[in-house]
Amino acid sequence: MKILTHPTSSVDSTMMFIFVAAVLTMPIWLTPIGAAYPDLMQRFVIFGLFATGFNILFGLTGYLSFGHAAFLGIGSYTAVWSFKLLGMNPIPAAIFAVVVSGVFALIIGYVSLRRSGIYFSILTLAFAQMCYAIAYSDLIGKFLGINLTNGETGLRVLADDPRIMDGVLTSGIDTSALTVNLFGLDLTHTWVWNGFQFNAGFYFCAFVLIIASYIAMRIFRSPFGLMLKAVKTNQNRLNYTGVNTKPYTLAAFVISGMYAGLAGALLCITDPLAGAERMQWTASGEVVLMVILGGMGTLMGPMLGAGIIKFSEQKFSTWGKPELHEFLAFIPDGIRDTVVSVASLFVGSGWHLTLGLVFMLIVIFLPGGIVEGGRRILMIVTGSNRRNRQIQAAAQAAE
Amino acid sequence: MAILQVRNVNKRFGGLQALNDVNLSVEQGTIHAIIGPNGAGKSTLLNCFVGRLTPDTGSVMFNGKSLLEITPHEINQAGVSRVFQTPEIFTDLTILENVMIPTFAHRDGSFKVNWWPRVDKEAQTRDHAMSVLDEIGLVDKKDVVASALSRGDKRRLEMAMCLAQDPKLLLLDEPTAGMSRADTNATIDLLKRIGKSRGITKVIIEHDMHVVFSLADKIAVLAQGAVIAEDLPENIKTDPRVKEAYLGEEAVA
Repeated sequence: MKILTHPTSSVDSTMMFIFVAAVLTMPIWLTPIGAAYPDLMQRFVIFGLFATGFNILFGLTGYLSFGHAAFLGIGSYTAVWSFKLLGMNPIPAAIFAVVVSGVFALIIGYVSLRRSGIYFSILTLAFAQMCYAIAYSDLIGKFLGINLTNGETGLRVLADDPRIMDGVLTSGIDTSALTVNLFGLDLTHTWVWNGFQFNAGFYFCAFVLIIASYIAMRIFRSPFGLMLKAVKTNQNRLNYTGVNTKPYTLAAFVISGMYAGLAGALLCITDPLAGAERMQWTASGEVVLMVILGGMGTLMGPMLGAGIIKFSEQKFSTWGKPELHEFLAFIPDGIRDTVVSVASLFVGSGWHLTLGLVFMLIVIFLPGGIVEGGRRILMIVTGSNRRNRQIQAAAQAAE
Repeated sequence: MAILQVRNVNKRFGGLQALNDVNLSVEQGTIHAIIGPNGAGKSTLLNCFVGRLTPDTGSVMFNGKSLLEITPHEINQAGVSRVFQTPEIFTDLTILENVMIPTFAHRDGSFKVNWWPRVDKEAQTRDHAMSVLDEIGLVDKKDVVASALSRGDKRRLEMAMCLAQDPKLLLLDEPTAGMSRADTNATIDLLKRIGKSRGITKVIIEHDMHVVFSLADKIAVLAQGAVIAEDLPENIKTDPRVKEAYLGEEAVA
């Protein structure tokens, strides 16, 4: 019979501790696999945050949104506007991004959640594409007579923007470089120690991710999280159990929208620029892939999925034939050319083929994602240990 | 005092008159059985009590409050719980979680973003759920995923979920359908027991006459959407109209 036991709070604390240690030491342990660029690590952390929030909606309630990139984009635009009007401090930018994307999520969620299943997914996709179209052609900005999103060029901070808090909080510090700074600490700054690169922006994002993951963990283990899981399993029963499921799903939608908005704001830290392409449907699809690849409904899965997809994107999309020749040097010369020419279809601009194949394999053979795979391996390992112990015990008894 | 008062309820599906001027009065603390041949409208009537269907005309009053204008979760919060004909449980969750959810719903109301405390630290809710599981005999399976249960256990789990809410009125749609004789008798004992200790009013739809006559304080007979008799069990047994409904006119003659 299938038994399910949940981790106790001490197990969760240990997991959280390991997670925090792993995130903070990323610049060190990612160096051997060549992924310790500040820019790439920031993307791991930001998309990990995006996927973690998405998982609160998709993993717990089972509602598959195909429009969460809209909130990512809204978060970015809000952050850049905060930079323009208030100054280059990331904290108000992050707060405003969360609030504004939360308001948008409330409106979009309220309408979309009137339907479930495929109709819900289509409604969210439609909303996201509308947001993209509005941002791309700056319809609202034209209507109001201002440059709200600056259309296809993208919104950026200009030297003559008011930035009213700059100079107040950071008196005596030159902010004319227009880089994001935390009370004077330039977030594009990188300290180098023994060849390891410690980037201020990365640590700011990592700090946000740690807090957001802790909140996600509380939600997962709470009565609220249990209700969201119940929505996924049997919404009908929940209604006849005295629970109004609509506000629960809407709350999950708004929370995940806020996570996406926060991730969008963090994307503007190294480069204070917001463009409409961030809201395109491919970006919405990518976060679905991340969550499924890592393991939907698990705490760490979405972050793993995000890391793996962003890492593979970085690696495979930059490879070409020369790198493949080097990588496949062990193959005899005669066959190598053929192998390389086939394999080259799967790298460079064709790396999405690889991603598609991996995704298919995961969905078919490992529906629980990487976390489920790890669990199975762990079970095989510990199971065989137990059997070994039993054999030893039997042998001792025989003596 | 009548806790559930049904007056002149009509429901029509296209050309079919599913409920025809149904009147029913359920006394506080009693077990009221609704019997009748297949297609008599028993489940339709129950659906009208929990907000799944709205009658075309008539009124359904529970504790002096109409159940017709309010949604299923509001009806439940008012104290009406229902056990379905096919068990409606949370199949992905454990037995204990299945019973804790209604306990939380009873404590926190229909919506509360209770996101900070841990479920495993909610000792009171847990103890309450465990005591209900103990009563119903599922306590040793508390960590089993509900989808792994046998059909009989699923029904008992659903009953535990309803009992965890301390309902004033419990609606049971064929609670022993598909159960073995032993399980059926255990369910009869259980329903008798929880009736006494908690004073819960119950409305039971049942085909098994053994169950009906061992439990019911009063029986209503439904045929072709109309209540043809509502009386004490001993009077129902000898009522010619009931025999006619079940066996046909010729058999009685």
